[in-house]
Amino acid sequence: MELSLATRTVGEHTVLEVGGEVDVYTAPRLRERLLELIDGGARRVVVDLGRVDFLDSTGLGVLVGALKRLRSAGGSFALVCDKEPLLKIFRITALDQVFPLHPTVDAAISADPTGAGE
Amino acid sequence: MATVKLSFSPAPVHVRTARLVGVAVARRAGVREDLLDEVRLAIGEACTRAVALHRQYGLADPVLVEMSDSGAYSVRVVDRAPIEASIGLAALPPDELAKESLSEDALTTGVGFALLAGFVEDLQVRPVDEGVGTEVRMVWPVDRS
Repeated sequence: MELSLATRTVGEHTVLEVGGEVDVYTAPRLRERLLELIDGGARRVVVDLGRVDFLDSTGLGVLVGALKRLRSAGGSFALVCDKEPLLKIFRITALDQVFPLHPTVDAAISADPTGAGE
Repeated sequence: MATVKLSFSPAPVHVRTARLVGVAVARRAGVREDLLDEVRLAIGEACTRAVALHRQYGLADPVLVEMSDSGAYSVRVVDRAPIEASIGLAALPPDELAKESLSEDALTTGVGFALLAGFVEDLQVRPVDEGVGTEVRMVWPVDRS
């Protein structure tokens, strides 16, 4: 399935819903969208991987890039993922210790240490 | 014994095709259904790595993927890049992953190897027998009962 990207705003958070396959071919589009959001002023970003059915190292690299960029801009970055095959990818690469991972968008927003959660 | 060979020009768009073919042949060979996600990911990582190396060295040569189901399901992914380029097998520790100084390419390479090593029990990375290049060889058990 092709990559799909949709953005919505929840309070002060920008939620990017990603669907389909994130791989070496499609990851540049994800990188571009994240950069647009950050350059456009988004500082509290949640990427929802709920509809992702494939994620490879290139996609993970893009997500880490966004995390670092937001961190250095004083923002926050979190991922939403509750699928075991994807969670296993984060565990194997030790990226589960790098990203805040949450089962739902609500959980990601209320856990945001930079505030704005309820 | 059945063998399927696929060779593709080193462009990211073809990696998905290689994954799809690799999983189709795995299923046909009798690889357990619950392993197919890992087969898909591992073949994708091996091909992504090969494409990246060919692009880095400006090589137009095709990447070769060879799938065989004699005994077990084995997949070879062969690149034609100079050998010294491809031995970077170390997985990165978590505190390295988030470091500012680590480039996205380096991170992707490290994470790619972590995924290969983590998902493929029987994995070999070695120089090709003839000419220049490296082969990544992955083997999965098959159930023919």
